[in-house]
Amino acid sequence: MNLKEKISKTELIGLYRDMALIREFENETYRQYMQKQIKGFLHVYSGEEAIAVGIMSVLKEHDYITTHYRDHGHALARGLDPKRIMAELFGKATGYSKGKGGSMHLFDSSRRFMGGYAIVAGQMPIATGLALAAQHEKKNALVVCFFGDGAMQEGEFHESMNLAAIWKLPIVFICENNLYGMGAAVDSTYALHDEIYKAGDAYKIPGYKIDGMDLFEVRNVMQKIDSHVRDGNGPVLIEAQTYRFRGHSISDPAAYRPKEEVEYWLGRDPIVLVRNYLIEQGLVTEEELQEADESVEQEVTEAVGFAQESPFPEAEALYDDVYADEE
Amino acid sequence: MTEINYRDALNQVLIETLDSDPSSFIIGEDIGPYGGTYAVTRGLTERFGPERIKDSPLAESVIVGAGIGAAMGGMKPIVEIMTINFSLLAMDQIVNHAAKIRYMSGGQITVPLIIRTVTGGGAQLAATHSQSFEGWYASVPGLTVVTPATAYDAMGLFRSCRELPDPVIFVENALLYSLKSDIPDDYYTVPIGLADIKRSGDDVTIIAYSRMVHVALDAASALASEGINAEVVDLRTLRPLDIDTVIASVEKTHRALVVEETWKTGGFAGEVSSLIHERAFDYLDAPVQRVAGEEVPAPYSSVLEDLAFPYVQRVIESVRSLLSS
Ligand SMILES: Cc1ncc(C[n+]2csc(CCOP(=O)(O)OP(=O)(O)O)c2C)c(N)n1
Ligand SMILES: [Mg+2]
Repeated sequence: MNLKEKISKTELIGLYRDMALIREFENETYRQYMQKQIKGFLHVYSGEEAIAVGIMSVLKEHDYITTHYRDHGHALARGLDPKRIMAELFGKATGYSKGKGGSMHLFDSSRRFMGGYAIVAGQMPIATGLALAAQHEKKNALVVCFFGDGAMQEGEFHESMNLAAIWKLPIVFICENNLYGMGAAVDSTYALHDEIYKAGDAYKIPGYKIDGMDLFEVRNVMQKIDSHVRDGNGPVLIEAQTYRFRGHSISDPAAYRPKEEVEYWLGRDPIVLVRNYLIEQGLVTEEELQEADESVEQEVTEAVGFAQESPFPEAEALYDDVYADEE
Repeated sequence: MTEINYRDALNQVLIETLDSDPSSFIIGEDIGPYGGTYAVTRGLTERFGPERIKDSPLAESVIVGAGIGAAMGGMKPIVEIMTINFSLLAMDQIVNHAAKIRYMSGGQITVPLIIRTVTGGGAQLAATHSQSFEGWYASVPGLTVVTPATAYDAMGLFRSCRELPDPVIFVENALLYSLKSDIPDDYYTVPIGLADIKRSGDDVTIIAYSRMVHVALDAASALASEGINAEVVDLRTLRPLDIDTVIASVEKTHRALVVEETWKTGGFAGEVSSLIHERAFDYLDAPVQRVAGEEVPAPYSSVLEDLAFPYVQRVIESVRSLLSS
């Protein structure tokens, strides 16, 4: 870990806090699922926090984001309100999608968070279209498209890379390489598994391989490519190496992963890494981080309270939002 | 007789198929050591090895396409598409290729391919993961579409499908995997294109397939306590459709209700209803009715999802109004 930039203490604590919030939020979703407050599929982001937080910390207001169904982390890092995310997971009317989308389909157009997509790779062609719109809008914005190592195996990945390349679209493709699709190890399903960042070579798209457990490395690479992409030089592919600390979804005990592998990665917990670094370097004090942890717990507790107290949608809402309102 | 659930029936019939035909193999996402999303292929890798239980990349189009090619080359592939929602990524291979190659080649080439997939909603998986597209596939000449509602039918139909020299969409249902039924200890088959009367009655015919058969049966039990005897016809195969069994039932009861999980517009229930009107209009005491899914993308929240798909009470009310008209 190496912090190469000048950055204020408040900002540093803020970044740490964003990661801690995701972890605490995800732990809470597990508890709430056990209590049957959350249903359906639940895919948590635990272990991958440094990627979403590092990338989002560099983005601007007019940038667009698309991601997959493992989307709570990206949503929180983009600044979506934990209360309304939790309410969505509870199926409540106060959720971001009024209880209709659930965990896998989070949206907040006001933050240009253009969706969690649960058909693997479905967000990638859409990201190219958003990039076209971003170009047209002339606000110097870019699109960040998050996806997994599994998604690269779909044709849509290759179609999107090619289109983005020939039209020089402002997209940052970010592969969160956590070594597995659902239960299948990527080394048995993807020919380029050990050099994922080179997948762009076929389309003349520059690729970067980074340690996705290192908050500052993630932030760094995003800062480095930021103007290249914004200024019309075409897309970039980032491979962030990471690991999901839990099963694919809550119903997956992840028995297929070797114990030593799991232990190795748990030992590289991105939150612990950044915490230790900040303290060792004397950039912040233990107490300040403690304070952040406590405020995070408080915020998640409030999110649960909000979700619990919120009403379920009315039956009449069933037919709302199928089409634009007719009045 | 042995009691067995729908999942284990499929698991056993897959083992039987692989044991008896060395040219058969399975290809699909996470079907190997992971055992399949719905655990249907559990234990098969240990038994048959990765050569025959092929964990595929996450790429539906090439999974089906490779199955088609292997079938054209003389193998007997069984393809698993994790759910029917994801089959849309393979729809071109299924509809433009699998279904057409025999015809376009003037009968030179045969595609003996089984595509197993999972249909249906009701588990709060929201709009992209709760759909039922089997009716779409059933509109395509060249495809065979089967939709077993019980462990017995799943095993018996699978045995018939593997004898077929043409592509089959074998449609399982996510909410039926734990459902048990008795199966005979001796070898049996269920013929393709033969509907089954799951409950007999004289007052009204309820036609359904897949999970909706059980909704219809529950409604029929409740109606029996009101003195209404409903006959429940399980289509079992959508294409080729056994309309004769449906017509014979309607000629007896004079009233028909079709229950289907997907949207009413363009649904398969509309096809069944039309055929009844075409073939048995003079026998009908009332127009055929349909109970189908609400015309919305499936909502996540349970309070809305419960309303979105057909449920027992809706079937009961529909039967009552059909009888009073
Ligand atoms: C088109 C499609 N096929 C299959 C699935 C089922 N599925 C959901 S997630 C997943 C694995 C995706 O892995 P990856 O892209 O690496 O993302 P991760 O979950 O590891 O973050 C699969 C197979 C799906 N949702 N969509
Ligand atoms: Mg992955």
